[in-house]
Amino acid sequence: MQNFDQIIQDALLAFAATDDPDALEQIKASFLGKNGQIPGLLKGLAKLPPDERKLVGAAINRVKEAVESALHARRESLRQMALAARLAEEALDVTLPGRGEARGGLHPVTRTLERMEGLFRSIGFEVADGPEIEADFQNFTALNTPEDHPARSMHDTFYLQDENGGVAPGILLRTHTSPIQVRYMQAHVARYAGAETMPEIRVIAPGRVYRVDSDATHSPMFHQVEGLWVGEQVSFADLKGVIGDFLRRFFESDDLQVRFRPSFFPFTEPSAEIDMAFMSGALKGRWLEIAGCGMVHPNVLRHVNIDPEKYIGFAFGMGPDRLTMLRYGINDLRLFYDGDLRFLGQFV
Amino acid sequence: MKFSESWLRSFVDPACAGDEFSHLLTMAGLEVEEEVTVAPHFGGVVVAEVLEVGKHPDADRLHVCRVDVGSGEPLQIVCGAPNAAAGIKVPCALPGAELPGGLTIKVSKVRGVESFGMLCSARELGITDDATGLLVLAVDAPVGDDIRRYLDLDDRLLTLKLTPNRADCLSLEGIAREVAALTGAPARFAAVEAVAATISASRVVVLDAPQACPLYCGRIIAGVDAGAMTPGWMRRRLERSGIRPISALVDITNYVMLELGQPLHAFDNARLTGAIHVRMARNRESIVLLNEQTLELQEDVLLIADERRPVAMGGIMGGADTGITSVTTEVFLESAFFAPKAIAGRARRYNFVSDASHRFERGVDFGGTRRALERATRLIIDICGGQAGPLSEALATLPERSPVRLRPARVVRVLGMAVSTERIAELLSRLGLPFTRNGEDFIVTPPTSRFDIEIEEDLIEEIARLHGYENIPAPVPRALMSMLPQTEAVRPCQRIRQILADCGYQEVVNFAFVEEAWEADFAGNAKVIRLANPIASHLSVMRSTLIGGLVANVATNLRRRQNRVRVFETGRCFSRDPLGGPVAGFRQPWKLSALAYGSALPEQWGSALRNVDFFDAKGDLERLLAPLAARFEKTAHPALHPGRSAAVVVDGRTIGFVGELHPRWQQKYELPLVPVLFELDLDALTVIPLPRYAEVSRQPLVIRDIAIVVDQALELQQLDDGLRRNSPAIVRNIKLFDVYAGSGVEAGKKSLAFRIVMQDTQKTLLEADVDAAMQQLTAYLSEAFAARLRV
Repeated sequence: MQNFDQIIQDALLAFAATDDPDALEQIKASFLGKNGQIPGLLKGLAKLPPDERKLVGAAINRVKEAVESALHARRESLRQMALAARLAEEALDVTLPGRGEARGGLHPVTRTLERMEGLFRSIGFEVADGPEIEADFQNFTALNTPEDHPARSMHDTFYLQDENGGVAPGILLRTHTSPIQVRYMQAHVARYAGAETMPEIRVIAPGRVYRVDSDATHSPMFHQVEGLWVGEQVSFADLKGVIGDFLRRFFESDDLQVRFRPSFFPFTEPSAEIDMAFMSGALKGRWLEIAGCGMVHPNVLRHVNIDPEKYIGFAFGMGPDRLTMLRYGINDLRLFYDGDLRFLGQFV
Repeated sequence: MKFSESWLRSFVDPACAGDEFSHLLTMAGLEVEEEVTVAPHFGGVVVAEVLEVGKHPDADRLHVCRVDVGSGEPLQIVCGAPNAAAGIKVPCALPGAELPGGLTIKVSKVRGVESFGMLCSARELGITDDATGLLVLAVDAPVGDDIRRYLDLDDRLLTLKLTPNRADCLSLEGIAREVAALTGAPARFAAVEAVAATISASRVVVLDAPQACPLYCGRIIAGVDAGAMTPGWMRRRLERSGIRPISALVDITNYVMLELGQPLHAFDNARLTGAIHVRMARNRESIVLLNEQTLELQEDVLLIADERRPVAMGGIMGGADTGITSVTTEVFLESAFFAPKAIAGRARRYNFVSDASHRFERGVDFGGTRRALERATRLIIDICGGQAGPLSEALATLPERSPVRLRPARVVRVLGMAVSTERIAELLSRLGLPFTRNGEDFIVTPPTSRFDIEIEEDLIEEIARLHGYENIPAPVPRALMSMLPQTEAVRPCQRIRQILADCGYQEVVNFAFVEEAWEADFAGNAKVIRLANPIASHLSVMRSTLIGGLVANVATNLRRRQNRVRVFETGRCFSRDPLGGPVAGFRQPWKLSALAYGSALPEQWGSALRNVDFFDAKGDLERLLAPLAARFEKTAHPALHPGRSAAVVVDGRTIGFVGELHPRWQQKYELPLVPVLFELDLDALTVIPLPRYAEVSRQPLVIRDIAIVVDQALELQQLDDGLRRNSPAIVRNIKLFDVYAGSGVEAGKKSLAFRIVMQDTQKTLLEADVDAAMQQLTAYLSEAFAARLRV
């Protein structure tokens, strides 16, 4: 019996003595293999008398179980060691940069336009679009601009050449996005021509506009967002409400003041200039011109066959470039149109 | 409109002052654009008379002066100014005086001589930059007076940015009227009395263009002294209003224009011949103006002419050879009403403006024409002497002021707030807008000074303005809450831009007017749309493609050491098209263009560096198009490499192109590497099909690979199209996974390897089914494309 315990002891020592799974299997053979010690003992059983055979047999089986169990434990332990070694070997410098395409980004003015569209959409304004080469009628005449108004001069407005090199009559680059409103109202009126009542018009018109002006604070091409709400009960108070609400949402701040002061535009009456001032920050207390606005001039409504006695409305025109500059602290308008990735890349 | 506040306060003097006063004007629509004080803060400086100037015992350049400051005993003051002289009056800072910049005057010794104050230059008082000597005051300056009061140095200069409708505020009286209405402070205007004629000389005035000039008043004033001095108060007011004093006669006409708003003109009467005619210019008639400009006139320009020649551009500027000179003794003074339409734009056409044209084109009070003439006559006689002739007046039909109906209910509806009829009546009265009542309504007759009140809304604006825009509520509006449509099959432009941004492209916004060469190079466009008045020659043509801008963006960024450029733009492009769009003659489609330059991926430690190529751009393009699927067909495009470009065709329609920039342009635009780019019609990308569910088969997939050898020139698209039509029904998908040419494949041929996925919708495929399908495919490929299997 003592001999049997020695076998277990030897096996444990032998298994523990190797780190190599293959060697472990070799060692296993010397205990459990066909010619190993334990099968040898079992073969010896036959020589024992029958009454001892059972007792010794049971003892040998215990030895076998113990050795097998030790073997499994050692195998598992070696597997764990191998895994640990592999994991250690495979470890990466996880601080190295990742692979693949970087994200691009939207132009900062596009960000502003998308936010403006979203905010106005949330109170039921549609978004409309229109041509940039525009007819004099939609850009000026329908907006109640007198024939001899300075804005119509080639000093202020871009005109096109005709095919013979002369100035093409009545064709220009739009100077604001208000002509979109004219077109939108014309289409709206046509759509509801037979109907008893015309649904309200609530629309904003974002887009690029052009003026003959180029210096540190003016670009010959820039952006505008024109807004229009025409219905049976739309007032100057509503205009003030919508604009104030918009500016607070756009700048995500109640910490700003908005003021309306009388101004003059041919297409609105009464008219107002909208100024805004932040109550904190670098621009604290400075009034900043944000937009022009007013109640749609009755002549404008008449030009698109809307009865100004029945319908009334307001319009506003904002400069998203200016709003973008204020929003992100940009100090030079010209950066918007320069294509400089060092600037644009900041708006990912 | 620039003016001195103290001059204004001589007419109306409300309690509010400083910033509060400026705010009041701004919030009434008379925006205060600039406000400056005449002099900085200082005190303790008085008018002094220099009695004696003696030499300083120890300094050559210093004087020891005895100075009367009006307080009894003269003071001894040491002074270094070169113009110190006995008898002049100058500002003197007394001991204790505080000068601009914080200097305090003390009794001190200057090189051993006691000095009890300091005589001052204009610079030392912060009035002007003149530091050449003492500021010499008028001989009648009262000794001992505080210099601030004497020179009116607490005055502020205000500049109003007036809107074109408020011509009535282009005068001190006009602004005073407005301030009186706003504040309730009383306005006092000087009574102007007619000057009785003391001589009989006069000129006949004939209105040959009565619509352009319906009222012309003139008068001769004889025996004037052209060399008379303009009084100091008048000079000061003119200077503080931004007008340079010239001579008394001219200064008086300018002064009355500022005071009353009526531009006047003074002719040298001796240079005129016969009657005055107010007429339109004859074609190509010319005139030399006071500013020495020689103009050749068009027939819509109004002239003042005598019997011989034009003597002034009516309402704009006088002629040079009939102007006032130092030897003028007889003046013909003009005060007229010129219709805005007859003046508007004329001066600007010849590239100048004048104070007169600025006012007349906006509208001058035709009720004040005579009054201004009388006012100027009085001032001329008082300042320059002389005798007035009778006032001759030619009058045709003046503009009418039609009554405007104002309904109180409309006021409430437009403004969105309650306004009582009593309040309306009060506000109209304060504005000096006379009205009668007709039931509830007000019938308002606008005064001759207002050219901006024609309709009810104009009056509502006046009411709102005086009530205060600030006092109109700003509620969040209520409206019907019907939802806006949201079309799922239309993909908004926002989404499209975002996909490109996610593919690594940066959005840019480039000018829509471009260099003409870009149109030829990148679009082969011979029928360019030119601007009639471009801002610069390189911005003279409307773009028909966005490519030029993107190529320029690469060049700009390379100069700034940005070597990997991926940019895109969406924008309208323009071309001539007789059938075209909403504005006849022009197509203005939205396009989207993207360009990639430099390494295919951002340079990275673990990826091989390679330059972007055709298939990178095509991949981005396909990502952008999905779920739309495009065919790519070889194309010839002026911007692109002929062998490395393709037309993008969706549903049989070409919607754009993709390719490498033509090597010719790569060289011309000095790009070290080849850009790849694509441009698409944006509209074609926005309409996408709605997803539609098809049942997923539960049967197992069978996958077989096949490699075939075909002619090098054979395009995959042809194979694809053929296979799609000729495959057995169980073939679900055929995908190219390898292209090879080189050793093992004969010259002029290429090997293509396809993975073929087969599946039945109903049953498990048998080996025989699969073999039969493969047999059919190889037979077809061999027959249709002379393909042979590669083993």
